[in-house]
Amino acid sequence: MRFVLRRAGFFVLTLWAAITLNFFLPRMMPGNPAIAMMAKFHGRLTGQALTSLETIFGVNTHESLPAQYWHYLGDMVTGNFGTSLFYFPSPVWQEIRVALPWTLGLFGMVTILAFLLGTGVGIIGAWRRGGIVDSVAPPLLVITSAIPYFWVGMMFILIFSLKLQYLPFSGGMDITETPAWTGEFIGNVLEHSILPAAALLITTIGTWTLTMRNNMVTTLAEDYVRMARAKGLRGSRIMLDYAARNAILPNLTGFAMSLGFVLGGAILIEYVFNYPGVGYMLLQAVQNEDYPLMQALFLLITVAVLIAILLADIATAIFDPRTRTA
Amino acid sequence: MRILRAIGGNAKAATGAVLLLAFIILAIAPGLFAHDDPTAQTYAKNLGASGAHLLGTTGLGQDVFAQAVYGTRVVLQIAFGAGLASTVIAALIGVAAAYLGGLWDGVLSIVTDVILVIPLFPLLIVISAYIHNSGTGVLIAVLTFTGWSYTARQLRSQALAVRSRDFLVAAKVRGERAIYIIVVEILPTMSSLLVAAFLTNALYDVLFASSLQFIGLGDPNATSWGTMLYWAQGNEALQAGFYLQVIVPGAAIALLGAALALLNYAFDEIGNPALRPVRRRRRLISGPRRLSGPRLSQPTPLPPAQEGLSRA
Repeated sequence: MRFVLRRAGFFVLTLWAAITLNFFLPRMMPGNPAIAMMAKFHGRLTGQALTSLETIFGVNTHESLPAQYWHYLGDMVTGNFGTSLFYFPSPVWQEIRVALPWTLGLFGMVTILAFLLGTGVGIIGAWRRGGIVDSVAPPLLVITSAIPYFWVGMMFILIFSLKLQYLPFSGGMDITETPAWTGEFIGNVLEHSILPAAALLITTIGTWTLTMRNNMVTTLAEDYVRMARAKGLRGSRIMLDYAARNAILPNLTGFAMSLGFVLGGAILIEYVFNYPGVGYMLLQAVQNEDYPLMQALFLLITVAVLIAILLADIATAIFDPRTRTA
Repeated sequence: MRILRAIGGNAKAATGAVLLLAFIILAIAPGLFAHDDPTAQTYAKNLGASGAHLLGTTGLGQDVFAQAVYGTRVVLQIAFGAGLASTVIAALIGVAAAYLGGLWDGVLSIVTDVILVIPLFPLLIVISAYIHNSGTGVLIAVLTFTGWSYTARQLRSQALAVRSRDFLVAAKVRGERAIYIIVVEILPTMSSLLVAAFLTNALYDVLFASSLQFIGLGDPNATSWGTMLYWAQGNEALQAGFYLQVIVPGAAIALLGAALALLNYAFDEIGNPALRPVRRRRRLISGPRRLSGPRLSQPTPLPPAQEGLSRA
């Protein structure tokens, strides 16, 4: 219980840090972006949009800095992220709600798949030291994890879309489609998701394999594994129930962090494929200087990471009795 | 010398070291290899590969080969600048937290953990969005100040393990100051971990910097691989069939990344013998299954360094 409480405290602290970063970053920058922004939109901004900008940058207000900060904290906690400047007058959260399912659906799946596949290969690699999997996979995966995500995406577009013309390379679905629960629509969405999913899978799977393999190697040397062997247990039982079960524990937290990073790491893939998710929206917000939307998306990504980590902490506490007393 | 011999005896390390050395030579003397000015827009646009232009020209009429060669310098500046700086910061903070203990440890650890958890790449995007077309120096500074936390945490746990060793007690009794003990007594004991951390950080700095440049958040006039990809994307090089404009800079990033990753992986094997490939000879003696698990002379206190890869 104390463990979970402490982790919850950390959750709140980090959330506060992210909000504070959002608040102070534009105020710390040389050549205040607010002034450039206001000059650019001069005369075109009225009412709510102007208020939204003023809250974010603290210009034209008579409030002191601490008062502005307090005001901003209140806004963020109550979910008042302001109005998008680009999609004016729709509120920021409404735009995000449209993009979120795309990112969660596609890249959430890919991350879980990468974790399962990568961990599986890692377990087998460590179990059969010096076998085919173990001698081929690690060096290969070291190299694939060093390739930029977005470039893998671009190469896939080149090979599978432009040369072979198998798959579409832009958007989440054809413009002619209307969203409905029909086989045709779902097929169309799936078709658009194959390339971005594959690009992300290839570049992320290496991490899981390597960490899992290295954890497994350490765990396999433990006395309880030797004990299990001495008892004459079946190999598969030792591999999964004795070694892998313990080796996977440090990876759980890593997995949680990565689940959150999915929202961030997929940014570039979404950009390359014009995929209508959160990452693409973040980059568009940056290009359009839509700061309220940008800040809200950054906060959303941070919260996603934090929730994932909290869940992993709880899972670790369940699977690993040692953490409960720590 | 021992390190050199270790690198020579490990195929992965040797490959990585040779590649990295080649890039360093390119960065120091690009003029020896490319005779064109990388920024001069003097040629016909979007040419394919030919004798005059080994890798063709860009949409602005620049020589792609010259750009790739000269671009090495900026990329390596970022890799070594930000990689070294963040490793140094991480070493000081992580070891100080472990050695000083108490309240210091509490505060430094919490700061480290909070920064570790805030998603790095989105944060970089947000900062760069406010700065507008940051130059290489600014990019290095931003990467440094956001990228030290993972290493700091790793080094802290390593320092905790040596904290109560006799030589540290002796130094304290001699009346040495804390900063002296941290820098002169503790840090040298973890040199292999520091090198591995530097390589990981350098790899991520290359990837992050290239990504930021690719989406147009770097200096668009700098000659760098990420910037080349930015211009290629703006030129719709893929759709228009100018493949070299995309393939060349991306392959360069991947090669440099592979060099750093291979070196890093090899350093893990050197530092942690349990991870080394099993020799065939030994397998024949002990049989493939029975007790083939590696024996560790002592439990390794290090978290697996490859975990750093999950930062992306």
